[in-house]
Amino acid sequence: MEIPKSFLGYKRENGRAGTRNHVIILPVDDISNACAEAVANNIKGTIALPHSYGRLQFGADLELHFRTMIGTGCNPNVAAVIVIGIEPKWTKKIVDGIAKTGKPVEGFHIERTGDIGTTMKASKKAQEFVMWASEKQREECPLSDLWISVKCGESDTTSGLAANPTVGNLMDKLEPLGVHLCFGETSELTGAEQVCATRGATKEASEKFMKTWSSYNDFILKEATDDLSESQPTAGNIAGGLTTIEEKAFGNFQKIGNCKFIDVLEPAEEPTKGKGLYFMDTSSAAAECVTLQAAAGFNIHLFPTGQGNIVGNPIEPVVKLTANPLTVKGMGEHIDCDVSKILSREMNLSEAGDELIKTTLRVANGRLTCAEALGHKEFVMTKLYRSA
Amino acid sequence: MATDIIIHDKKDNVGVVVIEKITPKQDCACWIMEDDSSTNIQSVDEIPLGHKIAMVDLKEGDTILKYGHDIGKVVKSIKKGEHVHVHNVKTKKW
Repeated sequence: MEIPKSFLGYKRENGRAGTRNHVIILPVDDISNACAEAVANNIKGTIALPHSYGRLQFGADLELHFRTMIGTGCNPNVAAVIVIGIEPKWTKKIVDGIAKTGKPVEGFHIERTGDIGTTMKASKKAQEFVMWASEKQREECPLSDLWISVKCGESDTTSGLAANPTVGNLMDKLEPLGVHLCFGETSELTGAEQVCATRGATKEASEKFMKTWSSYNDFILKEATDDLSESQPTAGNIAGGLTTIEEKAFGNFQKIGNCKFIDVLEPAEEPTKGKGLYFMDTSSAAAECVTLQAAAGFNIHLFPTGQGNIVGNPIEPVVKLTANPLTVKGMGEHIDCDVSKILSREMNLSEAGDELIKTTLRVANGRLTCAEALGHKEFVMTKLYRSA
Repeated sequence: MATDIIIHDKKDNVGVVVIEKITPKQDCACWIMEDDSSTNIQSVDEIPLGHKIAMVDLKEGDTILKYGHDIGKVVKSIKKGEHVHVHNVKTKKW
């Protein structure tokens, strides 16, 4: 198949391109969710991103909170942002971070004004932003404007046999065309960590990966009450035939094909070394991982599943594929790309990779994903430790 | 001929059932992805889609190989053709 050289995206002020054109209402903290949701309810076409944190965090955990908030606002799938927080200082910090992209952003704080007054002021600005954004048109953008993140979920053995290698096949075909790629799931590489480390493009990248993995593994060993048999693999993984974390890890690892990663990113850290594959230190929980990847600037996500994970994200479209025919049959409304014919050998891996590229481009061009049509908007902040 | 079981790598001692289920004493066609070769096995247990079958006899302490790599240890001996899962294999991690 000849791979198209471009897609239709929204060009942003900072030179990036979006596959979506969202106007988001971003609460800084948990107690500002109600106001953010009230604004999104008032002004049609905007979307609120409620979450559970943002108060009394400190140190690296607070830095991650800001990085995720600012990164989410900066994502090129977002046209404009309203930031609402309880206090002015942290609200302004996030507004200033997002403003560096050149996109419209305005902050409001609730203290001394209350929810109703703030909702009124923020709604007026949100209306202005959404009407402005509604005139944005899709334009032809080079394929290299795609930043593709990947994460698998509710995996089973069909993931490792077919759905994950299909993503790997897509990576092998798109990496030479200059796209950015990102995989994560530090804990779910356990058992395959030595093999994964050999896939660093440089000695430095390999060492950084091993350091990141070891630190995660030490944390798990410290916190685990027995083994992780109730969590890794999950009950769904086991029902699907996965027996151990090692088996899950080698299946997971198929997603990167033959690519080598050029750098290891902190959670929600924007890549700065140019095109190519990056590893990001993330949890393996689906919504947490996708939220971090979206905050790092990735604009389309590929999500292979076995037993049928249904996750979505408010700003980054999540394309689902599966090779499990029972999942296609039972919950087809969640599956954007069916590669189950690999198992019956009516489709080979390269054909499946081509199908996934076609689906990815259709979604990049504006086709809704199943998760978008079904209203999945899971926005889950990663929290590193207890607040002060 | 239809494929009932797929094996990732020639070194693997387990295969994955890729039809809805295999039944006891079923003669199964296996495809080895790595070198596109074929083999056969007769099942002992009923094994559902996605679950593993032992391609050889395995004794306690043996290593399970899948993708050509170590994915865990045998904790209860397994006969060729039997179901391989959490009841007879455990992780070497954690």
